[in-house]
Amino acid sequence: MRGILTIFRKEMEDHFSSTRFLIISAVIVMVGVIVTSMVGMAIQEELKGMVKPTLIFLLLFTSTGKLFSFVQFIGFFGPLIGIILGFDAINRERISRTLSKLVSQPIYRDSIINAKFLTGVTITAIILVAIILLISGLGIKLIGVVPGAEEVGRLLIYLIVTLLYISFWLGISILFSVIFKSTATSALASLAVWIFFSFFVGLGAGFVSDAIAPVNQTSAGVDAESIMRNVKVQRIISLFSPMTLYGDATGMILDPMRKTTSALVLMGPLERLSISRFQNPLPLVESLYITLPHIVSLAAITILCFGICYLVFMKQEVRAV
Amino acid sequence: MDEGKLVVEAKNLTKEYKGFKAVDNLTLEIKEGEIFGFLGPNGAGKTTTILMFLGLTEPTSGTVRICGFDPVKEPLDVKKIVGYLPENVGFYDDMNAAQNLRYVARLNGIPDEISEKRIEELLLEVGLAGDKNKKVGTFSKGMRQRLGIAETLIKEPKVVFLDEPTIGLDPEGTNQMLDMIKSLSTKKGIAVFLTSHLLDQVQRICDRVGIMYNGNLIGVGTIDELAKEKLGLGAEKFTLEEIYMKFFKQGE
Ligand SMILES: Nc1ncnc2c1ncn2[C@@H]1O[C@H](COP(=O)(O)OP(=O)(O)O)[C@@H](O)[C@H]1O
Ligand SMILES: [Mg+2]
Repeated sequence: MRGILTIFRKEMEDHFSSTRFLIISAVIVMVGVIVTSMVGMAIQEELKGMVKPTLIFLLLFTSTGKLFSFVQFIGFFGPLIGIILGFDAINRERISRTLSKLVSQPIYRDSIINAKFLTGVTITAIILVAIILLISGLGIKLIGVVPGAEEVGRLLIYLIVTLLYISFWLGISILFSVIFKSTATSALASLAVWIFFSFFVGLGAGFVSDAIAPVNQTSAGVDAESIMRNVKVQRIISLFSPMTLYGDATGMILDPMRKTTSALVLMGPLERLSISRFQNPLPLVESLYITLPHIVSLAAITILCFGICYLVFMKQEVRAV
Repeated sequence: MDEGKLVVEAKNLTKEYKGFKAVDNLTLEIKEGEIFGFLGPNGAGKTTTILMFLGLTEPTSGTVRICGFDPVKEPLDVKKIVGYLPENVGFYDDMNAAQNLRYVARLNGIPDEISEKRIEELLLEVGLAGDKNKKVGTFSKGMRQRLGIAETLIKEPKVVFLDEPTIGLDPEGTNQMLDMIKSLSTKKGIAVFLTSHLLDQVQRICDRVGIMYNGNLIGVGTIDELAKEKLGLGAEKFTLEEIYMKFFKQGE
């Protein structure tokens, strides 16, 4: 514990005085403010002379406006935050030849990894809380609506899930910083994983599902049954992607009108209409219930990542060459 | 040299890397307070030996005890009482000398009130008192090496392992470094295990030396013993370098 706290303290100081922390914060604040201002003003326009709809506050985060929503932005940029904070965690110490010194002090080896991970998570949490507060403040000013308890609750869950999601990427990048001796290599490897999950899992899922469960073309048109199967397979495969897990989970939490994590494609026009018009939003507890498997999966892959990290680092010979 | 307790007790220590024996069947004892020179050319297995002593790499076979502790099973107990200066030691270059030392002190669980005083004293002893608040990134090779010595001593160890402490230093710096090691060891009663491939340099401060070649300890004892008993030479006439050459010829 002493080891973790000491390293944590030093790493936090390092981060706060680092340019990379400044840049990450600047990018997020910039995007957050711009997106919120645009979305906020659009909502303001539409709200004129109308009764306040339920959970409008969350629209600040989920509404895409002309660009993209803040939530979409974090879904995309979040992995990069994790990677930037972790890609050189261990190999930087190796290069500066401080690692052999560190491991020869009376601390458990895993406390080095744990402290670095904890630092990354804390930094991420600080950035996220700050930006959510900033957006909320801006939003209250722009649309003149104060968030209710449920909205705050949903945002809190969103925060936790996002933290988990970014922690996964932090875990991946720390793992690579243990495996690869060069910081450039570990950064590239992390980016490769990010690109793989961002683009190719979706694509690959399409290919695989077409192979396993092809859509049957009949003379009367397409077979609905086979489309269902095809989409199902595709979804299951893309659940292996942390992006999909995260997207589904936060979608459910912040957009309570959605009742399943399945794609809306499967619904007929009537159902879609009824969803948008006549249904009440899902209560918070039920949203949470539906997303729980996603959250657990995210946690599981993060822990898996860590397990590998320990295995590699514990037995690794640290030689100052 | 007192005949006190053993700080290092290695028995049949062997380290293999994929079949290649970096250290072969090493049996060695280091006594409390003595300065032991572990000599041999590059690749002889000196660093590997230190890594095994510290529990930083696991021996393929054999055992080591450091003040009675097993580095494989009780690494933390060993690391509490052992100072280690790695070959070409590194520092956090954007922190100053005192901050670097304080960090290591904290990792050893030494409260800041206590370490503050020790840092002052140690920096004075290694001749860096005036550089306490300078960033280590600006230090010369010699200053870094001396700061490294101070760092190994901050935990008040029973034994220090110095891996090539004189590497990259000019002759004057080397002599200063050796004098410093000698006086610190005598003053604090700390056993020193230092490695070097420059034999004639370090011999003057070593109570005993061990000579490594290709992973084998080919001779161990005082310079006199090595010269007289093992080779039948008069010590006063030969340098360690020459003893060393003899050994190689015998070994072949
Ligand atoms: N991780 C490793 N894998 C394979 N061989 C190694 C490894 N580490 C060291 N060696 C070999 O072990 C031998 C001893 O190395 P070392 O203990 O560093 O020598 P010294 O410190 O005496 O110069 C060298 O031949 C070196 O190449
Ligand atoms: Mg060496």
